[in-house]
Amino acid sequence: MADRILKSISTRGLKNAVRGSEYKKEALISYGLLIAGYIVLQLGAVSGLIGRNLQGQFVPICVYISLAISLNLVVGISGELSLGHAGFMAVGCFSGVLVARVVGLHLGFEPAVVLIAMFFGAVMAALAGFVIGIPILGLRGDYLAIVTLAFGEIIVNLMNVIYFGFDGNGHLKFAFNHPIEGIEDNDRIIAGAIGATGTKTMATFTMGLLLCLFTVFVVLNLKNSKQGRAIMSIRDNRIAGESIGLSVRKYKLMAFVTSAALAGMAGALYGLNFSTVAPLKFNFNTSVLILVFVVLGGVGNIWGGIIAAAILTVLPEAFRQFADYRMLTYAVVLILVMIATYNPTIKSRVSAIWAKLKPVKNKDKDKDKPKKAKKAGKEGA
Amino acid sequence: MKLLTNLISGLSLGSVYAIIALGYTMVYGISKMLNFAHGDVIMIGGYMSFVMSVYLGMNAWLALLIAMFVCTCLGILIERLAYRPLRGTGSLAVLITAIGVSYFLQNVALLIWGANPKMFTSLFEGVQPIRLAGGSLTVTAESLFTIAANIIVMIVLTLFVNKTKAGKAMRAVSEDNGAAQLMGINVNQSISLTFAIGSGLAAVAGVLMCSAYPVLTPTTGAMPGIKAFTAAVFGGIGSIPGAMIGGLILGIIEIFARAYVSTELADAIVFACLIIVLLVKPTGLLGKKISEKV
Repeated sequence: MADRILKSISTRGLKNAVRGSEYKKEALISYGLLIAGYIVLQLGAVSGLIGRNLQGQFVPICVYISLAISLNLVVGISGELSLGHAGFMAVGCFSGVLVARVVGLHLGFEPAVVLIAMFFGAVMAALAGFVIGIPILGLRGDYLAIVTLAFGEIIVNLMNVIYFGFDGNGHLKFAFNHPIEGIEDNDRIIAGAIGATGTKTMATFTMGLLLCLFTVFVVLNLKNSKQGRAIMSIRDNRIAGESIGLSVRKYKLMAFVTSAALAGMAGALYGLNFSTVAPLKFNFNTSVLILVFVVLGGVGNIWGGIIAAAILTVLPEAFRQFADYRMLTYAVVLILVMIATYNPTIKSRVSAIWAKLKPVKNKDKDKDKPKKAKKAGKEGA
Repeated sequence: MKLLTNLISGLSLGSVYAIIALGYTMVYGISKMLNFAHGDVIMIGGYMSFVMSVYLGMNAWLALLIAMFVCTCLGILIERLAYRPLRGTGSLAVLITAIGVSYFLQNVALLIWGANPKMFTSLFEGVQPIRLAGGSLTVTAESLFTIAANIIVMIVLTLFVNKTKAGKAMRAVSEDNGAAQLMGINVNQSISLTFAIGSGLAAVAGVLMCSAYPVLTPTTGAMPGIKAFTAAVFGGIGSIPGAMIGGLILGIIEIFARAYVSTELADAIVFACLIIVLLVKPTGLLGKKISEKV
């Protein structure tokens, strides 16, 4: 019964309940895309069609796909704007690298080390998400966005003054706001503004694929669970959700912490893909980059995010020879795409053309009706 | 004396933030959008003034006026081309577009002026700092002028918004867009005017900031932009006196954190203060409480 009510509050949820195959379709497309992409890229790499430079991008592509999916959990499914996703990635990255270095001393099997590092990265990022989420999730809309932005900047700032390393006896040493004294360069693990350094690069493309599959699995299952429907109903109508006894804070926190944990996991894999990662890598620009993937892929659309993240990571690399104009073009394309997809006049024209192409589909008319009614209701209130 | 010196430089930095924050707060008030490109308009203002005074050998004050003019036009143009087509489509689309505009401006600056930092000549080139209390307290002309400029801008803007017809129209639009239109107010014009004022002030802030910290790169505006934005939220976004108070407090916190705690952690402390303020007062210091309609 409660589940029915949840579905009816969330307009999109109801539609999905009616068309029950929607979730299966989304899952199928998402997993299929990931696996097909993996096979194509692996074949390309083996046959030599894909150059070294692009091969170096395989793991970052996976990481960004995973980040786009986990941010979609907050932006699309929970409906909150987060501008600090890279902060959680940073937490996962540095804690993961640290654990990998320590565990790596005793454990020779690299994939196991990577898994442990990713697990630890996820735990630490979840913890960060929990600590930051509890106080701030009561804030509304743009204010929440600002606080997540502030949080991301604080993380980068803190990482700039944190030092970890082994001393002469192989013991782990920690220092805050000043470098560790009397330590060899090779024994540094995290060195302030230099970041994680001397890391053995253990991340592989297969690991990246597993990360993406796991992220899709978690997000889709959450979306398709009772909790997920609660989260979406709060997004669509917070007051109605509250009035049937949903704890807004609890469900928002659930989405936020899950998203943070997944970002931490991706961050750990990212950290293990490079010998050095500076904290500055995780500043506001990276958070925005991930948000751009989410928005261009379609807010709330999992496989759209996968495509957007993959294409937008590969394209700037592929056009490196036009270095000067590449970012300029990127900016112009970004603006044009946003206007083309969101401008009401262009949108209605496109859907008119679309309707001509597909005359059988009269469902769209039904779709518009409740929306219009809702709008009129809002203005009247 | 050290305390007083720090206080003055904090007020000076805070005044720059306050002037930038005005642009954010007015734009947010009237069109409910987070204009992330505002920081880059500051940078363009700095570069324009640099080009006029260094390449063309113009008087620094004339260069400032031209920079203001260029930025005002730029602000109107950005609103017209990038933001207006998306008005009323939800904050996320406009936010991403604003970020696109920000990338665009940064990369245009990178193409024109290159990545190497340019040395900016101050508005007060050659003016000796004032020494007080036997030389232990020095006040630069830049900081004095910045503080004064901030006060003047605040007074003029408050008078403009409260007393003139155009100002009242702006307030009406920010209160209720639809109702204002029904009353015969030209909404487009009001929003354009807001962007024009905000961007013109951004040019002033850019020149003042570069006078005090004379290094100019295509990303110069990014961090001050984010911090001024924080200041606007700190004081209650949408409120003009809030922007001033938020900017000043933030500037003072930053300088004090830098002087007494740690240079590296100054930014973290500033942002932490923002979070604390928002937790205690979710709409900022002077922000209006928005009641919810069911």
